[in-house]
Amino acid sequence: MSQNTETTPGTAPATDPLAPTNPITVPSGIRPPAGPPAPAASFRRKPAKKVNRGPVWLKPRFLVSGTIVALMLLMAAFPQLFAGFGSDPTANCDIMNTNQAPSPEHIFGMDIQGCDYYTNVIYGARASILVGIVVTAISFVISALLGSLAGYFGGWVDTLISRACDMAFGLPFILAAIVVLQLFSERTVWTVIFALALFSWPGGVRFMRSSVMEVRNREYVQASRLLGAGNGRIIAKHIIPNSLTPLLVLQTLGIGGVISAEAGLTFIGIGLTPPSVSWGLQLAAAREYISAAPHLLIFPAIFLTITVLGFVLFGEAMRDEFDPKGK
Amino acid sequence: MLGYTVRRILQMVPVVLGATFIIYALTFLMPGDPVAALTGSRPLPESTVQQIRLAYHLDDPFLVQYGNYMLGLLQGNFGIDFFGRPVLGLILERLPVTFALAMTAWVLKLAIGLAIGVYGGLRNGQAGDHFALVFTVIFLGIPGFVIALGAQTVFGVQLGWVDPAGIRAGWPLAFILPALVMAIEASAGLARLTRTSLVDVLRAEYLRTARAKGLSPRRVVWGHALRNAMIPVVTYLGLSLAGMLGGAVIIEAIFNMPGIGGLMVTAINNKEGTVVVGIATMLVLVYLVFNLLVDLLYGIIDPRVRI
Repeated sequence: MSQNTETTPGTAPATDPLAPTNPITVPSGIRPPAGPPAPAASFRRKPAKKVNRGPVWLKPRFLVSGTIVALMLLMAAFPQLFAGFGSDPTANCDIMNTNQAPSPEHIFGMDIQGCDYYTNVIYGARASILVGIVVTAISFVISALLGSLAGYFGGWVDTLISRACDMAFGLPFILAAIVVLQLFSERTVWTVIFALALFSWPGGVRFMRSSVMEVRNREYVQASRLLGAGNGRIIAKHIIPNSLTPLLVLQTLGIGGVISAEAGLTFIGIGLTPPSVSWGLQLAAAREYISAAPHLLIFPAIFLTITVLGFVLFGEAMRDEFDPKGK
Repeated sequence: MLGYTVRRILQMVPVVLGATFIIYALTFLMPGDPVAALTGSRPLPESTVQQIRLAYHLDDPFLVQYGNYMLGLLQGNFGIDFFGRPVLGLILERLPVTFALAMTAWVLKLAIGLAIGVYGGLRNGQAGDHFALVFTVIFLGIPGFVIALGAQTVFGVQLGWVDPAGIRAGWPLAFILPALVMAIEASAGLARLTRTSLVDVLRAEYLRTARAKGLSPRRVVWGHALRNAMIPVVTYLGLSLAGMLGGAVIIEAIFNMPGIGGLMVTAINNKEGTVVVGIATMLVLVYLVFNLLVDLLYGIIDPRVRI
């Protein structure tokens, strides 16, 4: 990331890839007159016509990804709905049934302890979804606060926050998370959330900062200032509403990555520890029986992939809808 | 250019200090007594414990310890571990494996990401573009270690094309599978950035001029559009090279490769703070040096940013 974050008020650092870009558009007035298209311009397509077909959430992309996300949220909140009431990941286990292959009664088979694997996989959703959502929410709040402060006030506030970002950015994310996680010998969902959230904000802060810098110099903000509005009012009424949506979209796109990071860390033995139930733990346990009991590997992997894919698709659909220039 | 270089190096100093301080503080906060971890089940006599604590400055205040460490670092001394081996030596021994993995992955990522990105960008809005986009979504949506596990099971265990783990087969053969997995995961971001950048540049006025003066589409694309579209891509590539060193940790663990990641995990389990801090410091330095090189390279590609 660019280190040259000197505070030239109003100019987003040109080298910041996260900065919102200004697509150079040709004003319609000076478009060439319509006629037979020149062969030299054949690789330049006209922008697709925007057809408005009713509410946003009825578009197929939203519908598909939204359904996946909603199902996963429901599964995380109320696993009983899917696994059957009265069932529990550790209920009715029989060690004699260890690693049994899928059968009509136990459609996902049995795990190493002889417990119903379907129930366990369903209950595994909670850890992943909780980590993904809470880490992203924390990162969003920190990014919004620090980013608007740095972008709006500039000067030493900006220098301080930008340097802090540089330092946090100087640490490779996974390594920093590993170092923090090792502080704890038994790691719950909240430990993992803490470790991941601790270093998840610098990208968002920078994004918000350049976004706010752009908004701050718009005419309506200057007009508001001339009419006597104070800093607090301008931030609350103009800056935040106009720069928060891009940040929200960016953060939504990150949920899948956080879920993936949690599962990866857990998988190599540095994330969640038993008795937590999570897909990362199930995958790690399944590794030793890769040829004897492949079902142990396949089912959590499918659930994890569908979840991450669902959140990524949802984030993409959000971005295309609310922040088309970020595509 | 020289002044710019010097200024950039000076800007690195607080970042190095801050990042190493964070790592050092976190390691210092690790629970457990390092001497107890060293001796294991057989307790040492009190006098020996005292001697060890003295020799490693374990009783000094935290800031003094950190100051001593940074002074040593300036002289190229990363400290020694509890077996008396210099940490720098341990790191340098493992670094080639991690480096080879990260570089191979990076080159593969470059090829995959640029190919998809340029293809999508030139076919903006057409079927080819949507196809490229679908690819990147799939790459982004499947967690890297799930791809790794699948690839390991299929190509390593079932088909037996490569060793499922370890690096006995040597450079290209043992590294190709883990590197490909890392590359697939990372190429999505690159492909998108390339595509967006190319689409933006293709709309620019100077490209209209280039076309208007009668240049062939080929020269417009290769001579003008791609060159300008590559500016943000180069920054991203440079940054991601250092990032890949960090991301190699999980892949190394899955494929059981004797790199920095394995060393780090062992050191954390043994509470060998000096090794942990040494690795983190080394990675931070590598990261920042790459940042610097990218910024300087930037000036060569795009003379406008040269100050």
